[in-house]
Amino acid sequence: MNAREEILARIRASSGPPSPAPARDYQHADALSPGETLSKFAGRITDYGVLVTEVANETAVADAVREICAARGIGHLVTSPDCPGPWQPQDVMITTDRGLSIEALAAIPAALTGAACAIAETGTVILDGGFAQGRRAISLLADFHLCVVFAAQIVECVPAAIAQMAPAARAGRPFTFISGPSATADIEFDRVQGVHGPRQLDVIIVRTGAASAPRS
Amino acid sequence: MSDFPSRAHTSLKNAQMRRNVRKAVTTIRTKTGRVIAERADWQQLRDAGSAIKTEALGSLDTLLIQLEERIQAAGGVVHWARDAAEARQIIVGLVQATDSPTVIKIKSMTTDEIELNPALEAAGIRPIETDLADMIVQLANEKPSHLLVPAIHKNRAEIRSLFQAEMSRPELTDNPRDLTDAARTYLRDHFTHTRVAISGANFAVAETGAVGVVESEGNGRMCLTLPDTLISIMGIEKVLPRWQDLEVFLQLLPRAATGERMNPYNSIWTGVTPGDGPTAFHLVLLDNGRTRILADQIARQTLHCIRCSRCLNVCPVYERAGGHAYDSMYQGPIGAVLTPQLRGLAEAGSPAFASSLCGACHEACPVQIDIPRILVHLRGAAVEASRATLGGKLSAETLAMASAARIFGNAAMFGFTQDAAGLLGAMVQQDGLLPRLPGLGAWSLSRELPAPARQSFRAWWKQRKPQA
Repeated sequence: MNAREEILARIRASSGPPSPAPARDYQHADALSPGETLSKFAGRITDYGVLVTEVANETAVADAVREICAARGIGHLVTSPDCPGPWQPQDVMITTDRGLSIEALAAIPAALTGAACAIAETGTVILDGGFAQGRRAISLLADFHLCVVFAAQIVECVPAAIAQMAPAARAGRPFTFISGPSATADIEFDRVQGVHGPRQLDVIIVRTGAASAPRS
Repeated sequence: MSDFPSRAHTSLKNAQMRRNVRKAVTTIRTKTGRVIAERADWQQLRDAGSAIKTEALGSLDTLLIQLEERIQAAGGVVHWARDAAEARQIIVGLVQATDSPTVIKIKSMTTDEIELNPALEAAGIRPIETDLADMIVQLANEKPSHLLVPAIHKNRAEIRSLFQAEMSRPELTDNPRDLTDAARTYLRDHFTHTRVAISGANFAVAETGAVGVVESEGNGRMCLTLPDTLISIMGIEKVLPRWQDLEVFLQLLPRAATGERMNPYNSIWTGVTPGDGPTAFHLVLLDNGRTRILADQIARQTLHCIRCSRCLNVCPVYERAGGHAYDSMYQGPIGAVLTPQLRGLAEAGSPAFASSLCGACHEACPVQIDIPRILVHLRGAAVEASRATLGGKLSAETLAMASAARIFGNAAMFGFTQDAAGLLGAMVQQDGLLPRLPGLGAWSLSRELPAPARQSFRAWWKQRKPQA
């Protein structure tokens, strides 16, 4: 008997009676209004040391990006090939990732991406490689990650986000849940931010419109 | 072979280690307590977590087959390993096939369990631990002392000296920020140049074929994203039935483990994705004693464990004895039940006895594992096993229990013994307590036993009956 057959046989010999589907009496549905959800999200990611900028609509994103770049001394951004034109400031160098080498990617100090969804309760942005996000390495090797989130993408609780991500999960898309910049508490449980992933996460919240806006 | 009491004796004398551990677990307890209190539905989440794990273990064969199908359909390869040796052989072979002289590793208790690093080294492959604490432990050539914070026994000054020597960085300060930066610089090149990575897995989803790793530092994302080949190893009990189940465990785990609403990074992937991440993905499903645990109806809930380490952080024995006393990669209360079941009761020493059964672990566990009940069950099994040996048959405990059984089984003998005990009580009683019991010196030294009453209940009843 090969290992697979033997392990399966051992399991079948030892399994107890099948159990009923679990009760899910915890919070499932969002209870907050859109405005409350937005401010909860902003508050929770601020707790992680994330800089939050709110803009009225998508046309204001490029200005917000320019200001963040100026404040952080960023002169060069990497984006996915489908990054919308209105997000890209004119006076910052922008490289589009069309299969850059790891070394080339690592040499660019900042990445500008969108998101698939965000969770207010936990201050999380979720990337699934969809619109304006590109491959996972883009938002990993940069020192600064600038992430554009539309208010309409923010849900209140974890179950709402998992439900929203289900179609992408069935399609086998890779997910990254990001809750603040990389961090460690391995030395005396003292929290230090900026270990191997980005040292800083900046989130730009767009109050109106949606991530599926026409691509430019 | 040393046992828990003698190892604990050694670690209890290490005042620095005890200070380091106490400081860290106190901090974690405060943080986890705060974010758990935030969730009004915490108990409902625990109930669901426990129920999902029970359900998954009840249909494990179906779920593993479904997981295998989904991963294969997404371009991944699934391997099955009956034991540690088979898992090592599979993984070493996969790495050798890539010709890579090094592998980068994400913190994984399962690779510690199968003792993968020595096997890789023996094959001429250098494993590089990339989790900060694991890197500290690897550089110091020590063993992890905590499930989640493996270097919890070391303070900043000790880590500074280690880094100064191992990284040739004499200028380093003991500021955790500087030490963390040093680790970032030290590992960056390995991340961008190493072509093979090895990881564990926090969970897998049978419904979709997704595998997930939960982490904080970004070393996980580096290992899961940048190399060409990714090899993940996972205990068979980690499979969840459906995608929706993540909504429970992604709430329970970070709050119970690190005291965060969500840890910085969760990576969830399915097989391989063209143009994004590794081009080859292997998942090794490990049994290594898990089906034996599954067959034990009382102990099988051990397999619910999500490795949050909250039971360590609330355990009075762990806080004082430290992780090394358990002599296992699984320490604390969960280690006390898991290690003897994985290694066998005799070989694992006495961790099942390393508990006062105070119940703090059961109360704290996010998936409600009744650790005290399993401990008592395992102690029973250990006593049964030792009674079966000749030495065990002749031990004072066995003989005492056998004579007790005879006495309790015979009314006349029981009455006689009680009268004799009353006599003994009258003779040696001090403040209502027996000072030392003859023949049971070591045992009665740390326990106070009430002296037997001068008159037994039966004697008193016999006396008062005519008046009734």
